[in-house]
Amino acid sequence: MESPPTHATPVDFETDPSRYRHWRVSYDGPIATLAMAVDPEGGLRSGYELKLNSYDLGVDIELADVVRRMRFEHPEVRVVVLTSGLDNVFCAGANIHMLAASTHAWKVNFCKFTNETRCEIEDAEAYSGQVYIAAVNGPCAGGGYELALACREIYLQDDGSSAVSLPEVPLLGVLPGTGGLTRLVDKRKVRRDRADIFSTTAEGIRGKKAVEWRLVDGVYPRSRFREAIAGRSAALAAELARALPAAERRGIHLGPLLPELSAGRRRYRHVELSWDDNARLARLTIHGPTAEDVALLGRGAEAAHAAGDQLWALRAFRELDDAILHLRVNLPGVGVVLVRAVGDAAQALAHDHALTELRGDWFINEVIRHMARALRRVDLSSRTFFALGDAGTAFVGALFELALAADRFYALDDEDAPVQVGLSPLNFGALPMTHGVTRLRAHLHGEPEQLSRLGEAAQLLSVGDADEAGLVTVRLDGIDWDDDTRVAIEERLSLSPDALSGMEANLRFPGAENEDSKIFARLSAWQNWIFIRPNATGAHGALTLYGKPERPHFDWNRV
Amino acid sequence: MLSNNVDLNAKIPNNVGLADDPKLLRALEKWLPSYLEWWHDMGPTDFEDKPVYLRTAVSVENDGWAHYEHVRMPDYRWGIFLNPREQASTIRCGDDAGKPAWSEVPGEHRNALRRIIVTQADTEPASVEQQRLLGHIAPSLYDMRNLFQVNVEEGRHLWAMVYLLHKYFGRDGRDEADALLERRSGDPDKPRILGAFNQPCDHWLSFFAFTMFTDRDGKYQLAALSQSGFDPLARSTEFMLTEEAHHLFVGETGLDRIIKRSAELQRLDPNGDVRNQGGIDFDLIQRTINYWFTYSLDLFGGEISSNAADFFATGLKGRYREDRLPEHRALDQSYRLPVVDGGRLVERDVPLRNAMNEVLRDSYITDCERALRKWNRTLEEAGSPTRLSLPSRRFHRHQGIYADHRFNPEGELVSQSAWDRDHGRWLLRPEDNDYLLSIMKPVYEPGKFANWIAPPNKGIEGQPVEFEYVKLHD
Repeated sequence: MESPPTHATPVDFETDPSRYRHWRVSYDGPIATLAMAVDPEGGLRSGYELKLNSYDLGVDIELADVVRRMRFEHPEVRVVVLTSGLDNVFCAGANIHMLAASTHAWKVNFCKFTNETRCEIEDAEAYSGQVYIAAVNGPCAGGGYELALACREIYLQDDGSSAVSLPEVPLLGVLPGTGGLTRLVDKRKVRRDRADIFSTTAEGIRGKKAVEWRLVDGVYPRSRFREAIAGRSAALAAELARALPAAERRGIHLGPLLPELSAGRRRYRHVELSWDDNARLARLTIHGPTAEDVALLGRGAEAAHAAGDQLWALRAFRELDDAILHLRVNLPGVGVVLVRAVGDAAQALAHDHALTELRGDWFINEVIRHMARALRRVDLSSRTFFALGDAGTAFVGALFELALAADRFYALDDEDAPVQVGLSPLNFGALPMTHGVTRLRAHLHGEPEQLSRLGEAAQLLSVGDADEAGLVTVRLDGIDWDDDTRVAIEERLSLSPDALSGMEANLRFPGAENEDSKIFARLSAWQNWIFIRPNATGAHGALTLYGKPERPHFDWNRV
Repeated sequence: MLSNNVDLNAKIPNNVGLADDPKLLRALEKWLPSYLEWWHDMGPTDFEDKPVYLRTAVSVENDGWAHYEHVRMPDYRWGIFLNPREQASTIRCGDDAGKPAWSEVPGEHRNALRRIIVTQADTEPASVEQQRLLGHIAPSLYDMRNLFQVNVEEGRHLWAMVYLLHKYFGRDGRDEADALLERRSGDPDKPRILGAFNQPCDHWLSFFAFTMFTDRDGKYQLAALSQSGFDPLARSTEFMLTEEAHHLFVGETGLDRIIKRSAELQRLDPNGDVRNQGGIDFDLIQRTINYWFTYSLDLFGGEISSNAADFFATGLKGRYREDRLPEHRALDQSYRLPVVDGGRLVERDVPLRNAMNEVLRDSYITDCERALRKWNRTLEEAGSPTRLSLPSRRFHRHQGIYADHRFNPEGELVSQSAWDRDHGRWLLRPEDNDYLLSIMKPVYEPGKFANWIAPPNKGIEGQPVEFEYVKLHD
């Protein structure tokens, strides 16, 4: 059942409200309502119908767009009410027929992207004061409940039949794939034995018991549901308005990126992704800020607002984000990505200083948060990244994060072509990894003395100094560069791609876990394993046979 | 094992040995006052103190299981009866067909079984609620008695299902049993589970159509459950079927008597205008059939259903008269049905197990067609040129693959605008109620019948038609 082919037609991750097929967004001052009304005929691929507000990647791409635009285009919104626009259901979760018909890689990337979107919802609450509440006005199953779990509060209609449920284990022989189990016990602090019962009861739990078990925050009868949600969101909006600076916020518009497409190449304004399918190799190049970009920031927040989506820091990282998503989903054969940040090191440093100066402004805060999310997307991509610090590169500040995110950083140490790397204020906390620590700290996890020697000082470093400071993986001179990097790449390309995905994911996140990193780690370690086990996706597996006349047969041996 | 002996003198008459199961007895005795309170609130309360000539189940033997006498409804002996078994039961369908049936709930199927039982159970009190005021406009004492007979037996069917919930489903089962008394037909906040059981049943035309079409769904659901591998459910529903037959009789003959009377009035009126004679015109009868038949079709569930496949595969629910079919696995077979694809109807083969709801719906529709033929014979014998018909199964659906499209009664796809224009010609309209309520005045004199309905051919249990079936003036 390896169909549909993963990149029959490339998936486009860019969309805008005029193209939404599955979501309706309405605004009323500080409160926005986001109604899910999935078009059954609107699947990204053929062969399944998106009934009962079930979703596929296309539905989630729109959701991610809504969440992002809410922060940039509607900063006045404090509360987003997430509800269903259909009469008889809130959300039935990921479409099972789509999952059953998908390749393993498609399922994995789908789950990863949906997880990132759920985390973005929580990120908006934490860093933008935009709080999502779920108004569950009908049955809410699997991924539907996981979507609700990403919201701060969940209210369930009490009509004797609407329930919340995670039926994946009992019905499908797989796990909830968007953090449901982790959020149950970590975020909502549902007692783990109750979570065990809940997660094995296909029909779920409704009414007062759902409140008692902390699965939801409240239940209201159908006739009073809308009114109760309106009351709660108004109260919440008022509370949040008090906590946030009263400055008037006017959103900026996020225009399309419109990359230039040609065979083996996507060229954006600041980013370029090129690839060679046969060589299984891609090159990702990002151009750093210019003196003009720095000068613009020097003119203050108003000027930055006026630049809007053309601001380098926003535009370049939106392009990076889009390129990474394209790579993940549309270029499954590419195993190694060579990353280069080119430009002027001094300008890159000055840029980050100027950006940091304006951090108190809501828009600049959003820009920096967005940079952090794009970088986390890199951390979470199952591709080998080698950063190449050769002539013309400037891995400084936010761009140095790309070198730190890479599995290895090769740097050229050549007097004739001096390369500088550098740390800016953005390297010390503004761009955290999924598990909440800076890449610098994760990188030097075993060398705390190096970390303290660096302090929090912004500085430009020669490759030699950077190597001394533990920031370079392999320092090469001009004679060795070509040959050594070629050999490293060829060697890497010869290794098992599965083993590499696992190894890289293990090594990239030294240090303690948090809820977000647990979600992604558990997804990779457990769900993706279960997905390929015969008990789920074999000829007699539960996921394969869901909706079919035969019943699953399990191999009862525990592994 | 359970005895066949009926303990009629117990507080809860039964043949399930309640006296020997003190825990269950205590649980049910605790539920009993809540049930009576519900009956008092939501049953035909205004006639509570009137003796009604009711049939009470007193045995589970085929001959002489019922006893008739005048009783007040709250004194009716609601009881718990399972059909006896001569030999060990087997699972009748699915992957385990032929293996011994379960006398306890298998853990694997517990939730599915509970859901099946709760859904069935929920319909029983719902119909009592829908019909609670109809006694006030009864066309005769005979009909009023039939209404109350149906009501008390729906109450008994609730008992049968609640017994299963209490005995086999632990605390969850007890919670569900309580919830059955908390939901209310048509209540926006606590509706009954299935759509047809939230539709208003304001007059006797709807009542007869309901007992004809909606209770007939009940018959087929019970028949499918009587094939269940869960033996207590199979035996319980088998016995319920013996009572259900009367409900269907009430509906089928009730509509037949209206049709017969309307044909007489049609002949009587110089212009053939039934309404002019205070009767129920055939157009309204046809629209009533269209409305209730299609709402009842919804109750069978989706045409292509993974639940249906699961229930069959696991032996929880069989086909109509599964035991008489030659083959019980239904694998590697398909069922052909029309589906909407690209704006038109095309035939598609689906795996037979996934089409089990449709298979059951087929049996039901065949049965309804038989009744239609009978009514048309009545029209023929009365010399009326009118003929009635069943609409297509695709028409006016709210569940399943046809629900998102519009069809005319012939089953052809029509546009939304055509539907908006014509549906009033096909279905009940609000003003129908005004007319029906204007002609439905109560007739409480023994042997007399309202103008809009013909008397029955015979009375009940050998009693004459003019027997005082309900004693309103004791």
